[in-house]
Amino acid sequence: MLSLRNLTIDFGTGQDRVQAVKGINLSIGAGETVALVGESGSGKSVTGMALTRLLPEPPAVYAKGEILFEGQDVLKMGTEELRKLRGGKIAYVFQEPSTSLNPVFTIRNQIAEAIRLHRPEVNDIDSEVVHYLDMVGIVDPAKRISDYPHQLSGGMQQRVMIAMALACQPQLLVADEPTTALDVTVQAQILDQMRELKKRLKMAMLLITHNFGIIGGIADRVVVMFRGDIVEEGTTEEVLRNPQHAYTKALIGCIPQLGQRRKRLVTIDHSILG
Amino acid sequence: MLAYLIRRLFFFVPIVFGVMLLTFVLFFVVQSPEATARRVLGQKATPKSVENWLHNRGYDKPLLINTTPGQPWHDSLFVTQLGRLVTFDLGTSDVSGRPLREIFAQGALPSLLLTVPAFLVSLAVSVALALYLVFIRNAAVDFMATFLCVALMSVPVMVYVIFGQFVVAQVLNYFPAFGFEASGWSAPKFLLLPVALMVVSGLGADVRLFRALFLEEMGQDYIRTARAKGVSKARVLLSHVFKNGLINLITLVVASLPFLIMGSLLLENFFGIPGLGNVLVTAIQAPDFAVVQASVFLGSLMYLGGLLLTDLCYAWADPRIRLG
Amino acid sequence: MKWLDQIWVQNLCLLAGYGLLARLVVWGLRSERWQTAWKHLRRDKLGLVSLCVIGLYLVVGTLESIVLPSASGSVTLLQRLTAGIPQEKSYSAPLATTALSVADPKPLLGRHVLGTDALGRDTLVQTLRATRSALWIGGLTSLIYIPLGVLLGLMAGYYRRWVDDAVQYVYSTVAAVPEILMLVAILMVLGKGLGSMAIALGITGWVGMARLIRGETLRQVERPYIAAAKALGQSDWRILTRHLLPNVMHLVLIKFVLGFSGLVLAEAVLSYLGVGAPVGTASWGTMIDASRSELSREPLVWWNLTASSCALFLMVLALNLFGDSLQRAFDPKRGA
Ligand SMILES: Nc1ncnc2c1ncn2[C@@H]1O[C@H](COP(=O)(O)OP(=O)(O)OP(=O)(O)O)[C@@H](O)[C@H]1O
Ligand SMILES: [Mg+2]
Repeated sequence: MLSLRNLTIDFGTGQDRVQAVKGINLSIGAGETVALVGESGSGKSVTGMALTRLLPEPPAVYAKGEILFEGQDVLKMGTEELRKLRGGKIAYVFQEPSTSLNPVFTIRNQIAEAIRLHRPEVNDIDSEVVHYLDMVGIVDPAKRISDYPHQLSGGMQQRVMIAMALACQPQLLVADEPTTALDVTVQAQILDQMRELKKRLKMAMLLITHNFGIIGGIADRVVVMFRGDIVEEGTTEEVLRNPQHAYTKALIGCIPQLGQRRKRLVTIDHSILG
Repeated sequence: MLAYLIRRLFFFVPIVFGVMLLTFVLFFVVQSPEATARRVLGQKATPKSVENWLHNRGYDKPLLINTTPGQPWHDSLFVTQLGRLVTFDLGTSDVSGRPLREIFAQGALPSLLLTVPAFLVSLAVSVALALYLVFIRNAAVDFMATFLCVALMSVPVMVYVIFGQFVVAQVLNYFPAFGFEASGWSAPKFLLLPVALMVVSGLGADVRLFRALFLEEMGQDYIRTARAKGVSKARVLLSHVFKNGLINLITLVVASLPFLIMGSLLLENFFGIPGLGNVLVTAIQAPDFAVVQASVFLGSLMYLGGLLLTDLCYAWADPRIRLG
Repeated sequence: MKWLDQIWVQNLCLLAGYGLLARLVVWGLRSERWQTAWKHLRRDKLGLVSLCVIGLYLVVGTLESIVLPSASGSVTLLQRLTAGIPQEKSYSAPLATTALSVADPKPLLGRHVLGTDALGRDTLVQTLRATRSALWIGGLTSLIYIPLGVLLGLMAGYYRRWVDDAVQYVYSTVAAVPEILMLVAILMVLGKGLGSMAIALGITGWVGMARLIRGETLRQVERPYIAAAKALGQSDWRILTRHLLPNVMHLVLIKFVLGFSGLVLAEAVLSYLGVGAPVGTASWGTMIDASRSELSREPLVWWNLTASSCALFLMVLALNLFGDSLQRAFDPKRGA
């Protein structure tokens, strides 16, 4: 369904150029869930955003390669096509729910905007909004729809984000660290919810995380990124049981225990990796 | 919200008192009433006439507290001045002897006719231009536009006015370039040029400021969310960026209100519009200290009123404040 | 302010001003932040060009500020250098050979690149001389408002509690009076003159600086290095001057440059309003005021207005552009 070929992404030009993604190849089949794992700054988010050309240009430059979605190159799409792709076929859930929702619009407004854009056939938008809020486990959704984001807890905000992504019935959901900003108990609830939804809706998912601990039971395959490169790839079980690359081993070593929230608990010694 | 506003009002009380103290120190301590009298009455003033002038205005009372036996302690210059300002008794002009309340009331309408349209038009124009600049987001255009804005900012108001008046009145031979009539429909005819000049003179600074503001909004996470939903660029700007930017804009706009007074001050003088600005310029030249003193007090009240209005607008525009 | 007119006072002030500026720049450039900013600035062509323009103005203003004794009391270096340019009777157009008089165009004593004014003085020389007022106002006012604003801002942000309340109260009160009204009121009471103008602008000007520094200090105080300094038992004064001040100094510099342009403009506007530069002091504001009526003369006299407006515009523009460049250099991410 989706495949990246030799994708290279730079930031800036000339002297200040930084290569954030260095010619990676990656594919995701329909209904498949792929986990993209790597430490902070390894280029995961950049890869995820690139799928629909979301990175601000400038400074981002798609230097080389192609992004094929159902045979079409995303990098060659026009504005209208891109708009249909974003949200309609590939939807996103971002890391920080408290800043990712627009503070001055109600939840109804923000979800309805997505539905109106991609599913013009829907007549009763309000009930559709309620339906999706209910699906992601929001209690009493009919009452909640006229709330503003700041009136919800972090966990609820992230559920709203997920509902907004699902409301357009996308083929691929890109979840960029969907639980990092949340409390551990809420993290577990959201992950359970996503696991169940994935089964129910049969859509593909790209789960971006720095945490090997959360991918069990969701991801079919794991892709490990390090400094803009893919260093290891395999089924979740294989990689977890028998990591090949030293970097992966180190990453697995830092699966956080319950009760810990911070990133980068174990510093990785880059010198041993070359 | 109501509680907040009331608290805010209470916060204003010491500030108003501070302003009164400031003007008192400036006009009665730094410059003694005798000196004021001599400057107002001119060279020919006799000691007798100075004394009369001071007595008529009550300026011959003790400065802070009346310690003369047999007289109440509060019969002093400071307390009477304070009492008069609190009751909005602004006194009379040093020069013409007319009540200041009358002078200011007369000047208010022409001033408002000039500043309100100018303010609204310039706000609309600068917001539109700023949004447009954010929309095209092209390095070359950005550079040119920023440069142009800085250039426009660097021209003093009076140069705008002199050149504007010159071009329109002498080269194009078009508008009445001077004077004012508030009656009927002739006011717009007189106001068109000053309003246009006021808009142009503020354009550079405003466009630059608003552009920066909208650009900052563009970098927010929720804009990424909107784009990821497939919202078009124009709609992202006009709905998401605009509404959030507006909230920040409100504070900046009120902060610029005092500049509005400054702009209109010169403009009114140039165009012979008998507004508050003209009253002030005339008072500077006279010199008429009573008018300047009262202007300072009224000006600060207007500013504080503007602050209160900002709070109200803020609450109205931002659900995070409106709903707790 | 009679003592300000003494020859040696003026020259000494000038020397002290430059000394202070050089000292501050040298002190700043020792920090890493200023060095990287300088590296950025060196690549910024527009910034360098505006810096050169500012430098030119500084040279001209300095020439006019160096006072030499002469037979008739005192004369400035610039006056002495331009003493060869003859004074005409009245107006003459740029590069004209005869006076501007329809009835009786007498031949001129010399050529004048930008013509002459009503009193027959060379417009170019007058315009250059007016640089002095602008620079002195900018310099003197900065000497008043920067120390005041920085000190109060630092103290409010560092001590918080009642110190912060007091500082905030004072600046809210000052800010509550619209700036132009405040300036006019102070100047009316103090009378015309460069000194009183600097005082008036200083009284209104420190508010912005104090706000800026207070905000930044509040942020800096949260940083671990302040906690560390406190834990080491360093005195408050030492923390304020050795730790906090260097970390807000770049903001002071940017504000100084941008504020300078505002002061130059304010000087012109106030002089124009008749409460600024005293009679006899060359100032762009008074020149613009005087040349206003010349536009309705027949034949038209445009050069005085154009020269003074352009000189004023160019200086303010250069300062604004350079201030922006500094901002970009110190904070490359934000100042797009
Ligand atoms: N807007 C940008 N401008 C310049 N460089 C950028 C930008 N965005 C990302 N980068 C660069 O791309 C690299 C990869 O960033 P990315 O956000 O993809 O990391 P990540 O793997 O998602 O890390 P995290 O776990 O912190 O989210 C970063 O090291 C950064 O240098
Ligand atoms: Mg990321």
